[in-house]
Amino acid sequence: MNSETKMIQVGDDMPVLELPPISRTTLALFAGASGDHNPIHIDIDFARGAGMKDVFAQGMLSMAYLGRALTEWVPQRQILSYGVRFAAMTHLGDRVRCSGKVVETLEHAGRPCVRVQISAAKATGEITLAGEALVALN
Amino acid sequence: MIDKKFIGYEVPPTLWDVEKGRIRFFAEVIGTADPIYLDDAAAKAAGYRNVVAPPTFIFGAESDSGVLMKLLDTLKIDLREVLHGEQRFDYHAPVCAGDTLRFQTRVADIYDKKDGALEFVVNDTKVTNQLGEHVADLHSVIVVRHA
Repeated sequence: MNSETKMIQVGDDMPVLELPPISRTTLALFAGASGDHNPIHIDIDFARGAGMKDVFAQGMLSMAYLGRALTEWVPQRQILSYGVRFAAMTHLGDRVRCSGKVVETLEHAGRPCVRVQISAAKATGEITLAGEALVALN
Repeated sequence: MIDKKFIGYEVPPTLWDVEKGRIRFFAEVIGTADPIYLDDAAAKAAGYRNVVAPPTFIFGAESDSGVLMKLLDTLKIDLREVLHGEQRFDYHAPVCAGDTLRFQTRVADIYDKKDGALEFVVNDTKVTNQLGEHVADLHSVIVVRHA
């Protein structure tokens, strides 16, 4: 894997990761597994009380999926930083699609790195989160 | 309006034990199949102390340690109005099962837009472990939407 990541170049695409439709079960399990118990994602009564029609997905669920796409592409210890802006809500039934592209090579703390623009989107193409990761090449 | 006097407020530090079962549960829910998240032998063969936490795992750990609720309570923010605006992680060392994490969270900024209809709370968290290693920094922006 190391020899492969050294070959990463500007313009390369991160392999796309497509997830199954978001279900209530996934939201409940992710709340328990992640430790983020905000009821707006798991309790329809609370969600309605907050003015929503229904529960919606944790932004951090899509960020975790996007993180999985990164670690399936490069070893986790080579990911130096990873950040996103949450742009739109992900709803029940949405299919999250994670993608990324290498946009720059640079040096960080003496290590050769690449900057990768990454995003998660719905099947409609609407971007739900967008950001970047700094990935070391060794 | 959130009182701007809380800019610079530091949440009392929290400790959180990283359990192997939680890492596996998290990995299974997001569907990652890499054995470094699931199996100690595979993690050790890859040079880790034990199964390793996936990249975003420490966000929920911070929340689970009570930081977010303490912050909302102190700043008098209604959870029903909260959305996550931004999240960033800077990684310095791996987080593995068996570790004890320490979270030190500081409110870096509070500002508003649209005449106060939207308020923003910017938090920076330093994460260290039982070995005294600085493992990560978290940077998050919470959005408070007033109806």
